[in-house]
Amino acid sequence: MASILAVDDSASMRQMVAFTLKGAGYEVIEAVDGVDALNKAKGKSINVVLTDVNMPNMDGITLIKELRKLPNYKFTPMLMLTTESSMDKKSEGKSAGATGWLVKPFNPDQLLGTIKKVIG
Amino acid sequence: MEIENQSETHSMMNTDLDLNAEQFLSFYLAGEEYGVDILRVQEIKCWENATEVPNSPDYLKGVINLRGTIVPVIDMRQRFGIEAIEYTKTTVVIVLKVEDADRERTVGFIVDAVSDVYTIESELLRAPPETGDSIDLGFVKGLTSINEKMVVLLDIDHLLDEEKISESQNLH
Amino acid sequence: MSIDMSQFHQVFFEESFEGLDIMETGLMDLDLGAANDEEINTIFRAAHSIKGGAGTFGFTDISSFTHVMETLLDEMRDGCREVTREAVDLLLASIDCLREMLSAVDAGDEIDQVRKDSLQKDLESLLANGSGDSKPQSVQQTVESSKDETTSQGIWKITFAPHPNLFKTGNDPVRIFRELKTLGVLTSIVDISKLPSYFELDPEESYLTWEMKLDSECSEAEIDEVFAWVDEECELTISKLTEQVIIDDSPEEEITVVATEEKTEIEKQDSVKPVVARKKTNKKAGSENSSIRVGIDKIDALINMVGELVITQSMLSQISENFVESDLEKLRDGIDELERNTRELQENVMQIRMLPISFSFNRFPRLVRDMASKLGKNIELKMSGEQTELDKTVMEKIGDPLVHLVRNSLDHGIEMPDVRKAAGKPEVGTLQLNAYHEGGNIVIEIVDDGAGLNKERILSKARENGLVGEDEILPDEKIHELIFAPGFSTAAEVSDVSGRGVSMDVVMRNIRDLGGVVEIKSEEGKGSTFTIRLPLTLAILDGQLIRVGDHVYIIPLVSIVESLQVESENCNSLAGKAELYKLREEYISIIRLHKAFNITPDSTELTKGLLVVAESEGQKVGIFVDDLLAQQQVVIKSLETNYQKVDGISGATILGDGTVAMILDMTGLVHLSRNNPVAISNSQSLITEEAVA
Repeated sequence: MASILAVDDSASMRQMVAFTLKGAGYEVIEAVDGVDALNKAKGKSINVVLTDVNMPNMDGITLIKELRKLPNYKFTPMLMLTTESSMDKKSEGKSAGATGWLVKPFNPDQLLGTIKKVIG
Repeated sequence: MEIENQSETHSMMNTDLDLNAEQFLSFYLAGEEYGVDILRVQEIKCWENATEVPNSPDYLKGVINLRGTIVPVIDMRQRFGIEAIEYTKTTVVIVLKVEDADRERTVGFIVDAVSDVYTIESELLRAPPETGDSIDLGFVKGLTSINEKMVVLLDIDHLLDEEKISESQNLH
Repeated sequence: MSIDMSQFHQVFFEESFEGLDIMETGLMDLDLGAANDEEINTIFRAAHSIKGGAGTFGFTDISSFTHVMETLLDEMRDGCREVTREAVDLLLASIDCLREMLSAVDAGDEIDQVRKDSLQKDLESLLANGSGDSKPQSVQQTVESSKDETTSQGIWKITFAPHPNLFKTGNDPVRIFRELKTLGVLTSIVDISKLPSYFELDPEESYLTWEMKLDSECSEAEIDEVFAWVDEECELTISKLTEQVIIDDSPEEEITVVATEEKTEIEKQDSVKPVVARKKTNKKAGSENSSIRVGIDKIDALINMVGELVITQSMLSQISENFVESDLEKLRDGIDELERNTRELQENVMQIRMLPISFSFNRFPRLVRDMASKLGKNIELKMSGEQTELDKTVMEKIGDPLVHLVRNSLDHGIEMPDVRKAAGKPEVGTLQLNAYHEGGNIVIEIVDDGAGLNKERILSKARENGLVGEDEILPDEKIHELIFAPGFSTAAEVSDVSGRGVSMDVVMRNIRDLGGVVEIKSEEGKGSTFTIRLPLTLAILDGQLIRVGDHVYIIPLVSIVESLQVESENCNSLAGKAELYKLREEYISIIRLHKAFNITPDSTELTKGLLVVAESEGQKVGIFVDDLLAQQQVVIKSLETNYQKVDGISGATILGDGTVAMILDMTGLVHLSRNNPVAISNSQSLITEEAVA
């Protein structure tokens, strides 16, 4: 069963994402910001990282950069949650090593579709 | 008439209920037998002392502690205007879920003794006749006969009706 | 798969309200002109979260409104826009509007479109007259794309040459092929020419290139979408074999954005309607919600305590099994241990409902700021003891009374700057809010250095309203307390700002309902101090057990002044009906509990019993009882749940022996005995009558 790390400082978003993904049979680990996510990633083997960009303590892009430094996460798919208005965040994310992105707001089906693209 | 006589009176029955039949718990009060809808019976307790509530009607014996909740207890004899007696070993409190205008309340009713559980087909219930008697008929759902004895089926939700109480007291 | 999103709405609303609070505090703390980037970022993030959530859950009005705020904040945090007072004020007003919108949506009501549109226009025009450099506007606009979206059957030729580090972003050509396959029939030829020898091969790099043919009905845009993520990490050509079209793979906005934008717009329309048409939930705007945040350490402590309780319990069970007399000592120890465990557990559980009063105090900086500017006064707010904890429900209920008292100080207490100057006071008035624990209570002080209560005015108003006799002389505290009397405030006193239908007597009543008291200390010309004393929790009461005949009642300890033996020479009667007791310098009325409750006491002779002097509504009364029993903490149980309100009784409790005991309500008791011709209301007026008699 694939495990997904969902990172977002908004509880309602985290809940929605976790609920959707769990319902589809994925294991979901939640984190409230980059620091929390980094700790949880180190302790577990995760298949996909889904992270918001704007978060306190450590933002999404820095998180991706830090994760890529870990040997286990060199090739792990990492997706950013971006808003359509932040184009520059996408290239910044890509330079940091992000695999791709999911545009906010999205609905559960879009989320599942994207995850499926990445895990299969 | 078909009756199912259950020997265990203290538990809630889970028999196949005929849709047209109702189950009643019956009890004795001054030699008469009465029945209440078994679905409203929460439990049956032995009588223990109740704490008086100041300035309450005399049929309100007081309140008791029911596993942490305060529950008022009503003496049925006094409620019906029948002479009160000393409580005996068979005196019990039937704890009922009463539906008031806006909420559900838990109320205990003191009766002489519990009798049985009966299943009565609805069509066999008779409406109460017009009488000028001591019992106000507003809380009587119907009458039925069991083993040639009359059983009065009570409408619990009206037992606490204030108006009816004063009316019935006027009838004395 | 359809998911019911409404299950997340509650959390979204809660966190959004919190976010708005963060924004508000942040904005108020901003140093205009020297704003800290991190501070602005925090405010921005809060707005961003609300916008994101609103969009996801289909609240488009909220989302679009917040978007404009977010844009403004974005410019500020990037340094492109100065943080001006105008901007801050506008944002603060927008926060208020957002609060209202969120509450409306939560309750299933219509939002105030007029207010929203007007504020949005203001925000937008502020954005347009940007101060400073303009930033590429991140306004939602559909983007023109150079990609073709027409669909028709055809064979597409795709060459895909990923850059060597494609894998390092977690991408994988295999996924791309899988996706292409969903569009049609895919064939491919791989070019391994770039592949180095085995020993030089770096397994983490990509060396392969593919030439593919896709037989499909899809549009070019759809093929492009498959490569959206790897756009910059590969050389890509897509051409239809029937026509040659050169595509530039410079990263421009994706068509996917447009496509999904349109799709989500439509979905949003549908989802907004169900939100509005939802059944109205019984929710009061922002004040009470039924959940509480608890630190996990508190929960862990609880779990430990319950563990210990279980151990003690099993130990006691063991002792009781095959009990012999020699085990008595062990049994006693066990019971002591049980008492310790239970007490600890109780204290900790009560702790859970405790929240710092800052939750309530936090609204005041804004309130004082707004009111001061509205009134044209200069007022500084000082707060202390914000971390003082109290029960969540008590805090929610004390909120409105606090607001009213603060408004009162600001409106009637603190004077206009010129008046202050003339009086030799600093132009800036000070309002202090203090909170601290004392005894088993929380004390809240509202202190102002304003004009103080005007005794003359109060007395004359009270005389006008018949509350005080024409010639009556009252001590200062009594005069001050008159402002809490029902019927005191009249139109003249009520100003637009402080008198919104909540008068001082309601404040007093609310505080009393919480089991608390309020005291006033005031000096004309110097200022006033309102002191509120509240019990720390609502559910537990420190009580004094008393006995009348066979009946045991409980008097709240906080109401008891003293207890004494009755001396017959101090007993007096008035007009043969009322009974009074001379307690040092004053006369207090005696309440015979046995008469009020129609019960049989040990004796009806006052000297054979005791008098418990209690306070009710600022007056002292003497309750005649047979005996004083123990003092103990009791848990308040409702009498009304299954029965009804009883005059003179505030609730019931369960004593150690399992029986029920009634808790006396002082105020109700006084009224009760008023109806039985025994007690009299105003003991003070008796002084004059006594003098006459």
